[in-house]
Amino acid sequence: MRLTFRGGIHPPMFKEKTCEKSIKVFPLPQKAVIPLIQHTGAPCEPIVKVGDDVKTGQMIGKSDSFVSAPVHATITGKVSAVASMPHPTLGEAMAVVIEKADTEEVAWQSQKADWHKMERTEITGKVRDAGIVGMGGAAFPTHVKLSPPAGKKFDTLIINGAECEPYLTADQRLMVEEAPVILEGAMILLKASGASRCIIAIEDNKPDAISAIRDAISKNSEFKAEVAVLKAKYPQGAEKQLIKVLLNREVPSGGLPVDTGALVQNVGTCLAVYEAVCFGKPFIERVMTVAGTPVKEPGNFKVRIGTPLADLVSAVGLNEKAEKMIMGGPMMGIALYTPDVPMIKGTTGLILLNASEARVYEPRNCIRCGFCIEACPMKLVPSHLGQYAKKGKYKEAKDELSLMDCIECGCCAYECPSKIPLVHWVKLAKYKARNSK
Amino acid sequence: MSEQYQVSVSPHITSPESIPRIMWTVNITLIPAGIASVYFFGIPALFVIISSLAGAALSEYLWQIVFKKPSTISDGSAVLTGLLLAYNIPPGVPLWLPFVGSAFSIIIAKMIFGGLGCNVFNPALVGRAFLLASWPQLMTTWWKASMNPLALDGVTTATPLGILKEEGWGKLIEAFGTKAALYSSLWWGNRAGSLGETCTVLLLLGGIYLIFRGYINWQLPLSYIATVGIFAWVFGPNGAFTGDPVFHIMAGGLIIGAFYMATDMVTIPLTLPGRIIFGVGAGIITILIRLKGGYPEGVCYSILLMNAVTPYIDRKLKPKKYGFAETKR
Repeated sequence: MRLTFRGGIHPPMFKEKTCEKSIKVFPLPQKAVIPLIQHTGAPCEPIVKVGDDVKTGQMIGKSDSFVSAPVHATITGKVSAVASMPHPTLGEAMAVVIEKADTEEVAWQSQKADWHKMERTEITGKVRDAGIVGMGGAAFPTHVKLSPPAGKKFDTLIINGAECEPYLTADQRLMVEEAPVILEGAMILLKASGASRCIIAIEDNKPDAISAIRDAISKNSEFKAEVAVLKAKYPQGAEKQLIKVLLNREVPSGGLPVDTGALVQNVGTCLAVYEAVCFGKPFIERVMTVAGTPVKEPGNFKVRIGTPLADLVSAVGLNEKAEKMIMGGPMMGIALYTPDVPMIKGTTGLILLNASEARVYEPRNCIRCGFCIEACPMKLVPSHLGQYAKKGKYKEAKDELSLMDCIECGCCAYECPSKIPLVHWVKLAKYKARNSK
Repeated sequence: MSEQYQVSVSPHITSPESIPRIMWTVNITLIPAGIASVYFFGIPALFVIISSLAGAALSEYLWQIVFKKPSTISDGSAVLTGLLLAYNIPPGVPLWLPFVGSAFSIIIAKMIFGGLGCNVFNPALVGRAFLLASWPQLMTTWWKASMNPLALDGVTTATPLGILKEEGWGKLIEAFGTKAALYSSLWWGNRAGSLGETCTVLLLLGGIYLIFRGYINWQLPLSYIATVGIFAWVFGPNGAFTGDPVFHIMAGGLIIGAFYMATDMVTIPLTLPGRIIFGVGAGIITILIRLKGGYPEGVCYSILLMNAVTPYIDRKLKPKKYGFAETKR
């Protein structure tokens, strides 16, 4: 009997084209555009200027704010601009542009440090200095997550290998190819968090990842992690749903996962933590999936942060016109108006849709079918949220309908037979409710 | 870059379900019962159906022209209302009657409220109630099932529920010969009744298909039918627990009501517990009318009355939200 949560949907997964493709190292970009904000929190200030030569891994921006993460040069070269550039999720943001040099010089060590000898705070400091943010897409600074407020602590570390969005297979390939390293990253996180129990959660549509992780655990004498196989359902990888399924605890409305004693980290983040703590290697590259019907050669690529998406699109080739370009997965990803933006720390994938897949329907009246309520993993009433938003009752939606608890997963809009853009209404209502007196 | 890309808020993929798909699928599941009605009651049944469909489609179409709204008859919901109204009236009515009834359903019970999704009451049943109140004689003249699809006329008779109300169990069994023959007629459909309500087996098949498609919660027809059955059994004619649940479940419009009218998404509660309450409530009212009320059949009014209670049920029964439980550690 597979574990699962209430609600959720079963969209077609579309993972077959890339789930067996091993990770390919993507060529370095000629020009890397590194935004000074790629995370949830305060933007960084640049600490380099035009004309500076930088090494790969050299810090180029940081902030004094606690909830922030520094950014680093992802290629070796010369800083050609520090200016406002198109940003995939924010429209425009300050960024450092680096022109690639002919040879690469890295700014981290090759000698592996022994993390067992490090204190918790030292580990967290290294995570901060490496600029690591949550790699599942939300890009929350990891060192902040590892530092719970006074009085709260973690008892369980959950490693998120669910990857529930359609098309995305980057995490799956990471688990298959780098299981021992992920495990070591998990051990480091376990120490840094102070938790005593570790659960690695994987959806049942990834049998190769499950056996790779189980294999690595059996070969590791130090680590006692449990593997939880979860029913493949969207959004199984959502933090709140994971905690509910694995620990039967609910994150209180308005609260944080730490209130339940659980720390959830993506498998990619584990890998980044391992590299940062053991070698001082900052977060400069990540694995992402490039896929979709119009793509000629979809695959999983290890890409340097700041690589223009246009480079990725021309590398994989198109066999028909792409009508829509999505950064992330098709359920929660952001539609881009141009590929002339860089991929950033939170980019899990680039999905292209053709004209018939990207078809937008004219919404009809709500017919009170209740499909959205059945699908909602937070058990809200999405159709009411949509109607309140449409009528401008943003405050009432926040106070009476728990608007802010919506995780914007898109299950409701997916199921709606009237094709009402419910997530659009919720996002609008949240913005208005937050910004009104 | 001169390429243009479409930009919209997530999700970027949606389910293949849509309103037209749902409505037309339900329409298709009703076709077998319609074919059966022609077999039982002859050509007039076909014309009643056509007349009702015409009234529904035309009135919605014209309303939308007059009020400059986009035309929605292609979504299949007007056709569904027309079909359901036709199935709920006697086969021998003059042809203007279903036309007027379905036009009333669409205009008064649907379009005036704002169109699909905005109505409080089940449009087809509102139409039926209007017809019954306005032309009671025509609406209670029933035909024997002739089983001649080419027949142009019918022999008037009473429905099983009608015989039960006026003359009691003894006469009812006598009219069919044996109890088994009574049940068989109720099951296969060769009995007097509304056009589309008589053929239990075909209606059940359609309903079960809709359950498999996920358009109906099976708990709703079950709660409605079970409530009628249990109450019929408990409040028997010869004292407690002497009632005949099988008869009451198959007789009249309960099967078509439970699977096709009480499941009309717009007019029933949003949540599953709410819908189960709807079914139980409708069941109680149905049996109350059948056993104690003036009419022989109560399905139509039971659903309309529960439609009225639906907003209250929705206010009181909201889903249990994530994040409001006691945090267990």
